[in-house]
Amino acid sequence: MKSRVANPYIPNSVPEVKAEMLREVGAASADELYASMIPDRLLFKGRLDLPGSIPSEHDLRRHVAAILGRDKTCGEFLSFLGGGCWNHFVPRVCDEIAGRSEFLTAYAGGYYSDLGRFQANWEFQSLICELVGMEVSGLPTYDWGSAAGNAVRMASRLTGRREVLVPAYMSPARLSVVSNFCNPTEMPGAIKVQRVACDPETGTLDIEDLKKRLGHETACVYFENPGYLGAIEDRGDEIAEMAHGAGAEVVVGVDPISLGVLAPPSDYGADIVCGEVQPLGVHMSAGGGLAGFIASRDEERYVAEYPLRLISVTGTVVEGEYGFGQAKYGRTSYMAREKAKDWVGTTTALHGIIAAVYMSLLGPEGMREVGEAILQKSHYAAGRLSEIDGVEARFPVFFKEFPLNIDGAGKTWRRVNKALLRRGIFGGKDISREFPELGQSALTCVTEVHSQADIDRFAAELEAILR
Amino acid sequence: MTGVKVRPYHAAVWSEPLIHELGRSGERGVILPEVEEGVRKRVGKPESLVPKRMRRRERPGLPELSQPQALRHWLRLSQMTLGMETDIDLGVGTCTMKYSPKVNEELAAMIAGVHPDQPEETMQGLLEVAWRFANVYLREISGMDAFTFQPPGGSAGAFNNAAIMRKYHEQNGELGQRDEIITTIFSHPCDAACPATAGFKVVTLYPDEETGVPSVEALKAAVSKRTAGIFVTNPEDTGIFNGRIDEWTKIVHEAGGLCAYDQANLNAVMGVTRAREAGFDMSFFNLHKTFSSPHGSSGPGSGAVGVTDELGEYLPVPVIVRRGEGYHLDYDRPKSIGRVRDFLGNLQVVVRAYAWAAAMGADGLREAAEVSMINNQYLSKRMAEVPGVTKPYGGRRLDQARWSLEKLKAETGCGINDVNRRVVDYGVQSFFTSHHPWVVPEPFTPEPCETYSKADIDYWVAVLKRVCEEAYEDPEVLKKAPHNSSIHAVDAAPLDDPDRWAMSWRAYRRKMKK
Repeated sequence: MKSRVANPYIPNSVPEVKAEMLREVGAASADELYASMIPDRLLFKGRLDLPGSIPSEHDLRRHVAAILGRDKTCGEFLSFLGGGCWNHFVPRVCDEIAGRSEFLTAYAGGYYSDLGRFQANWEFQSLICELVGMEVSGLPTYDWGSAAGNAVRMASRLTGRREVLVPAYMSPARLSVVSNFCNPTEMPGAIKVQRVACDPETGTLDIEDLKKRLGHETACVYFENPGYLGAIEDRGDEIAEMAHGAGAEVVVGVDPISLGVLAPPSDYGADIVCGEVQPLGVHMSAGGGLAGFIASRDEERYVAEYPLRLISVTGTVVEGEYGFGQAKYGRTSYMAREKAKDWVGTTTALHGIIAAVYMSLLGPEGMREVGEAILQKSHYAAGRLSEIDGVEARFPVFFKEFPLNIDGAGKTWRRVNKALLRRGIFGGKDISREFPELGQSALTCVTEVHSQADIDRFAAELEAILR
Repeated sequence: MTGVKVRPYHAAVWSEPLIHELGRSGERGVILPEVEEGVRKRVGKPESLVPKRMRRRERPGLPELSQPQALRHWLRLSQMTLGMETDIDLGVGTCTMKYSPKVNEELAAMIAGVHPDQPEETMQGLLEVAWRFANVYLREISGMDAFTFQPPGGSAGAFNNAAIMRKYHEQNGELGQRDEIITTIFSHPCDAACPATAGFKVVTLYPDEETGVPSVEALKAAVSKRTAGIFVTNPEDTGIFNGRIDEWTKIVHEAGGLCAYDQANLNAVMGVTRAREAGFDMSFFNLHKTFSSPHGSSGPGSGAVGVTDELGEYLPVPVIVRRGEGYHLDYDRPKSIGRVRDFLGNLQVVVRAYAWAAAMGADGLREAAEVSMINNQYLSKRMAEVPGVTKPYGGRRLDQARWSLEKLKAETGCGINDVNRRVVDYGVQSFFTSHHPWVVPEPFTPEPCETYSKADIDYWVAVLKRVCEEAYEDPEVLKKAPHNSSIHAVDAAPLDDPDRWAMSWRAYRRKMKK
């Protein structure tokens, strides 16, 4: 039975108003109007078969909270999960701005009504450019993988070449996203993805294998800093030199929270930088917190290949007043449809604004401190855990994450993680299927949020389980 | 409409400096967690943990601000943004600027601390919400059989569907031959751009002058052995419903192609007409439009995809499945397209959509659709009072209509861009015009969804009427607009000039020699 109470989200659900509106437009009913626009054979007959409505806000809150309340979070459990989505400290001011009605609910308004949004977007670009050492960035895209996919396609268009070299230790999920951007070989313009071997001792690229694979069809060499498995690629300058020597572009994927302590990719020869924004103040939200960025030098040929919305600062008719607008907008799919540079759409602008707030709160010293804290705590954990019999942290040079190998203990991470779970701990991600060559390893992530006591507790519990 | 008085308005004018111009060396907005002495002693100095050539030599050029000063800056920027909740935002059509219930923000925040790789048993609630929203709500609303929330926006949903189309023809050994997709010019640009990115050639159909949609004959002439499929929005961005859409899907199927529906905006047809009965193989639905999740200044959104049973095996991994009483992530799907995004998509958006749909129920969803549609009929009627406005193509429109200011432009010299600069002086969000090309000259596309009251619509029309009257009285008022905004008319020339555009503070400083 239809409720006689008006729906609080629908003002014109008041029966008298609805009737008045129908009278105004000269129709007896909504059905009559629908029938004038949609043929009868396409009209859905009857009522949708759905559970009863929960119109009261209080009841709805109870209903949904009862379902979601069963879940555990990385606040309740001690978590060492990372691998593309990381548990970092989120300043309260980031939440405050993320929840501002204006930013939360704006969408496609222009720069006169939404000046603040345009300026915030531009400031995101400005701040991320400072971290990576570039001069151009745009509104963020969906995630690191999509950003890498776009960057690889930019490189292919720039060089007219059809091969991309990626590290064998790249995240398989991210590689899958990139591969979908590169198209199957049957298709015109397809980009062939080749994996370059990685050194199983260091986790970094095998330079000899790279040399072998580089050729006149290589559009770009893509590598990451830190890599998916945490290794710091310290031969970036050599890799870039080799790639440039072969006429290829250099695309570097980064975790920007490392850039207060790690050299910016521009220092070692990157042409295009991409990466993940989520560590910069965005909650994980079960992976919903992701946002990818792309940056490059300010050269017209690079700018021309961006699919993203690029916000530029400009002036107005009033001297000294800042205005903003979209640069070289004709590139985008909104203007050029299938002739556009890939596509642009609703992506992750709010996450970009949150990241801008984060960078402005930390400043250069805060970015250095958070990087140092992650380095120290993750290395402390690697050392502490490696004291356990049969346990070894792989890769000596890393940031935030490392494969924790337990081959020597004769157990599987599948079972160990189950035991840890019973003790209130999410162990690292079991990567024994993704990278069998690394044996029983779990990608173990330690950030600034972990205390020494957390790490010691993890070590003690792991030791007890393996004993 | 007599008695509707347009009220004076002025936007916030903070003349706010750029963030890099604020603060002072040494200021700090937040302190990081402590690194304990035991940790520091054991691992030594942080720089010793980074190879020399990978150490950052110069600190990043970020500004330094204390917390109140930083907060003030971002709050001022938010105040100079006309959010959907503070204005009558029905001018941003095709986007369904509907109200996002506040309680849903609280529910979405419950998953903030969840990591996507947590053991399944620790996120059964979240998986249940996602599974139920897909397999109870979207299934019934669309008639599709299997779903994914991995595409994090509408266009990503279109790309996902292009990837499915690609995989399907690849599996059948026909990908080499089937390299064309067909779309219509009034379908969203993503229906052309995403298949093109996926490697397809794109054939675009133009509307019949009378009906406003391409004819069945035009489609018949376009299909061939090269047809991989179609991507169409319906109702199209003009608000016109293609009533022969089931004939279209039949023609494409007979030619061996697949049919992908763009139902990003499903708002006026929920419970009224479905993808299934129209004969589609797959469709995407924007949860940040029809299903109330806020637009977030342009994301995060969700382009939820539904497909028929036949295509279920192609969905990206993982797929959320129910076995017995439990919910699981199924990765074992050999024909899957792989991934279009990392992890599971924007699940916080799915939580909001579920909460909204659960609150509404079948009657509420139908009510939202009906009221949206009736609101648009009412707006159309009121529009007759606005001078200089015309509506190309005959007939009623569902959720929105594409209008034209061609007449106003011819008679006053003021077109949509002038009107758009002026409406903001009255506290009304500038209109969504139309994507390009402007097949309808000087276009705009209001969408008065169920959020807006009769009084809201009357007020919005009164503002537009006032602005168009001004165009006839004194076009300079529009030409020099905005007058009551946060800023004045922008110099657009640098935006396409490599010597003057500046996408960052670094570039700006260099180019302006600051």
